[in-house]
Amino acid sequence: MATEGRLRVKTLVMVCAMVVCANAGDLLLKRAMLQIGAVKLSAAGLVHAFRMTVTSGTLWVGIFFLCGFMLSYMTVLSWADYSYVMPAGAFGYALLTFFAVVFLHEAVSARRWVGVVLICVGVLLVGQTKPRTTSVAREALA
Amino acid sequence: MMHVSLFLSFLIFGSTGGEIAITRGMKATGEPERLRPKELLRFLGKALCNGWFWAGVPLMALSFYALLVLLSWEPISFVIPASALSYVVGTFGAKYILGEEVSVARWTGVALVCLGVALVALG
Repeated sequence: MATEGRLRVKTLVMVCAMVVCANAGDLLLKRAMLQIGAVKLSAAGLVHAFRMTVTSGTLWVGIFFLCGFMLSYMTVLSWADYSYVMPAGAFGYALLTFFAVVFLHEAVSARRWVGVVLICVGVLLVGQTKPRTTSVAREALA
Repeated sequence: MMHVSLFLSFLIFGSTGGEIAITRGMKATGEPERLRPKELLRFLGKALCNGWFWAGVPLMALSFYALLVLLSWEPISFVIPASALSYVVGTFGAKYILGEEVSVARWTGVALVCLGVALVALG
């Protein structure tokens, strides 16, 4: 029972780290792409977009946060189910929609808010299930 | 709209395929003893030597580029929740490729997530 509780707590901690890093990263990417402008689907347009993206400081800070997301994601997947971690991370949608309204001043309709609430309820349901249903090897650190 | 659908499918199938490959790699790597920086670095080093991890990277790169293109066309409050369709694809992958037990509660949760995504995408 204690092991199960410990598993839930450390899974929750890593999922929180994932959500914070992913949301900060996505928000910074959006800000960078707004600065760069719409990508044109032609050879010249793609080359121009590539040049603009690799020289954007905002984009690199976004990538730094996404690396933090990747590390926490890889770590949690070493012990927890993919079908648990993936939806559990979705409670970040509520946070992201809130950030989009507050920081990017995007208009979000009532229907879209209902969708976000349903996503969160779905995530809560998944959160009630066991985080691990398959066997996992413990890393030999000796 | 066709371009948005095409890049959304790159985003969904690229990320799901990549994540399933990485999950397989992480399960083979094994759980770290403690969540301390030194041990996490050791864990990361071991994970980076796993072939499944590197099978997932190009798929994740494809999905990342599709995400950048979509973000230049559409609002973030549409792109990110719409990409959550990958939850359904991913749950099927988890059950049939990774052999995870997907209970009724987990499927119900995924169904609610999908319904939420459809509402979000309709705007």
